[in-house]
Amino acid sequence: MNNEQQQISEQRVGIRRTVGRSIAALVGMFAFAFALVPLYDVFCRITGLNGKVDTTAQAFVHENVDESRYVTVQFITRGSAGLPWKMDVETQQVRVHPGQPTEVDFTFSNQSDQSNWGRAVPSVSPSEASPHLRKMSCFCFAEQKLQAGEKLTIPLVFQLTHELPAEISTITLVYTLYPVKNKVSQLSSQQTQHAGGTI
Amino acid sequence: MAPKLPPTHPLEHSVTTVAGSQAPAHHAPPRGILRWLLTTNHKEIGSLYLIFSLIMFFIGGIFALVIRAELFQPGLQLVNPEFFNQMTTMHGLIMVFAAVMPAFTGLANWMIPLQIGAPDMALPRLNNFSFWLLPVAFTLLLSTLFMPGGGPNFGWTFYAPLSTTYAPPSTTFFILALHIAGISSILGAINIIATILNMRAPGMRMMDMPLFVWTWLITAFLLIAVMPVLAGVITMMLMDINFGTSFFSAAGGGDPVLFQHLFWFFGHPEVYIMILPAFGIVSVIIPTFARKPLFGYPSMVYATASIALLSFMVWAHHMFVVGLPLAAELFFMYSTMLIAVPTGVKIFNWITTLFRGSISFESPMLFSLAFVVLFTIGGFSGLMLAISPADFQYHDTYFVVAHFHYVLVPGAVFAIMAAAYYWLPKWTGHYPNERLAQWHFWLSVIGVNLTFFPMHFAGLAGMPRRIPDYALQFADFNMLSSIGAFLFGFSQLLFVLVVVLCVRGGKKAPAQAWEGAWDLEWTVPSPAPLHTFETPPDFKRPTL
Repeated sequence: MNNEQQQISEQRVGIRRTVGRSIAALVGMFAFAFALVPLYDVFCRITGLNGKVDTTAQAFVHENVDESRYVTVQFITRGSAGLPWKMDVETQQVRVHPGQPTEVDFTFSNQSDQSNWGRAVPSVSPSEASPHLRKMSCFCFAEQKLQAGEKLTIPLVFQLTHELPAEISTITLVYTLYPVKNKVSQLSSQQTQHAGGTI
Repeated sequence: MAPKLPPTHPLEHSVTTVAGSQAPAHHAPPRGILRWLLTTNHKEIGSLYLIFSLIMFFIGGIFALVIRAELFQPGLQLVNPEFFNQMTTMHGLIMVFAAVMPAFTGLANWMIPLQIGAPDMALPRLNNFSFWLLPVAFTLLLSTLFMPGGGPNFGWTFYAPLSTTYAPPSTTFFILALHIAGISSILGAINIIATILNMRAPGMRMMDMPLFVWTWLITAFLLIAVMPVLAGVITMMLMDINFGTSFFSAAGGGDPVLFQHLFWFFGHPEVYIMILPAFGIVSVIIPTFARKPLFGYPSMVYATASIALLSFMVWAHHMFVVGLPLAAELFFMYSTMLIAVPTGVKIFNWITTLFRGSISFESPMLFSLAFVVLFTIGGFSGLMLAISPADFQYHDTYFVVAHFHYVLVPGAVFAIMAAAYYWLPKWTGHYPNERLAQWHFWLSVIGVNLTFFPMHFAGLAGMPRRIPDYALQFADFNMLSSIGAFLFGFSQLLFVLVVVLCVRGGKKAPAQAWEGAWDLEWTVPSPAPLHTFETPPDFKRPTL
């Protein structure tokens, strides 16, 4: 009987230990899921894999312009369901040499009859090119406000580095306009009406 | 719990303060509804899980039939597209989280203590709690269908921003429901691990455990590893929707692709959570009816463990078209194909077990054999999808729908049916009506193949998934699929009939109900009394 009692108490201790370890693993995995968010960002910034580019201005690097090589840079602008703005670019594509600073004008126009805030979010493809695209000045660094009917032209100044992989001959830069939340309250209600129609 | 404990045991007393929940409750269980609400018995809780999952199987099935009825002909006939989207979403969510997962947990509750010679689960009260969370979760989830704006309509994978920026207002309820269901699975998994690791009959080593126990142990580890990730993802969604964060919103510096990475980091192990216990069931049934021991038991265990480990390294094969770099495409393509190796080991082991066996074809065996054949078809279409360049064509077409229904319906669901027919004599003391069971089997096999086989062709021809209307050239395939779906759906009523008849009477089953069945559960009487193995059995290793 004593033996059996001892067995059962050993079993209890074992169960407690197993449960304790399982809970530790659970908490760890929950934390890990959240840790993946900054890890993903860091990983993508180092590798440039998700086409994100630095959202702060970088200094112009004086280096020789590599005139032996041409790279086509294309620009695509996209509006957003929640923001009644139009975004245009002066030219759809430019051919540049690595190292050569280039300026391209973008025009924003607010087509509604009220002022609102918006932001253009960039994405680069192929994503391998994103670490090699240096922006000295960009409208995408900050949120912007446009008055009703206002039209604004802002330049993008960029430079491609010499380290741009040789197999990349075309880079596409996409800007998508987004409304800035909380600063435009009436727009969020418009947005929800679009639910379901996006498939 | 532990009714044989001497009353003076210090540990036992330190944790029991709830009045009347100790020993007397075992001898005079409360009657009526309270008996089921308060039960801590693994067999009763197992039955509750199984009944709940069967009800949900029918609810999810009705949603599927709404989809198939709409797709019977091109054009919009029965439902509007918004409701159609809610049906595809709810069908997926209910079948995954409310039908297949609870069915396996129910089988685990019933059979794991019996198969390892334990008196009950390690944490019986927690067991009760984890079951009763489920009806709460899914009542909440189903109630969203009646809310303004409708229920979830973004697909069962709830990709952001469809499930955040463009989601219906009921999405917060969906998140809460999924949280509750997730907690239920986690508690169930902890309980199963604690039971298997600590409560085996004296003398039973890990490598003596029946394969159903092994596969469930590994499944429980997967659940512990990935359910918290799901909880994290839906918490981020909740914050994006309600608290102005931007985890998945590009406008605020987040990334919608991050959602897909996190979701599939949970989602891929999740699909193995839904199939590993099925492997275990089939590995128990095939040796019984082939009257031979399982071929390659250790390799089965190692194969299951390798599948589980590999499942953490393949998630991005669901995302080949989001714009992964070439290196990632190749890595995830090869790692995915690698899974075919341990899976192949299992298939060949089952076939080798059958080789020169004296096979009889009772209903559990029929379902298991159909599982082996049809699951392999699903596995092969999975291999096709793993080829990254080909996936660019297959992605989000009916080919994918055909693939995962082949692994889940004649895979997971057939295994659950096989398990039910196999263990019904143990549960009820009666054999199920074999003639009706065979009718159920043949109608199901024909129905399943008629439903899902044409979907391969529709998908290869370019029919996208999750659409209420389609181009005319897909009409014939869809009509066949819809006929098959209704055949399959209605033949499941036969299953209910068989179960009800079996509970009420039938041919009496002896303790060892099947001639070739040697696991510990067949040493207790049929039907299994409420309390079994209160004194641990002497486990004798089969001498072969």
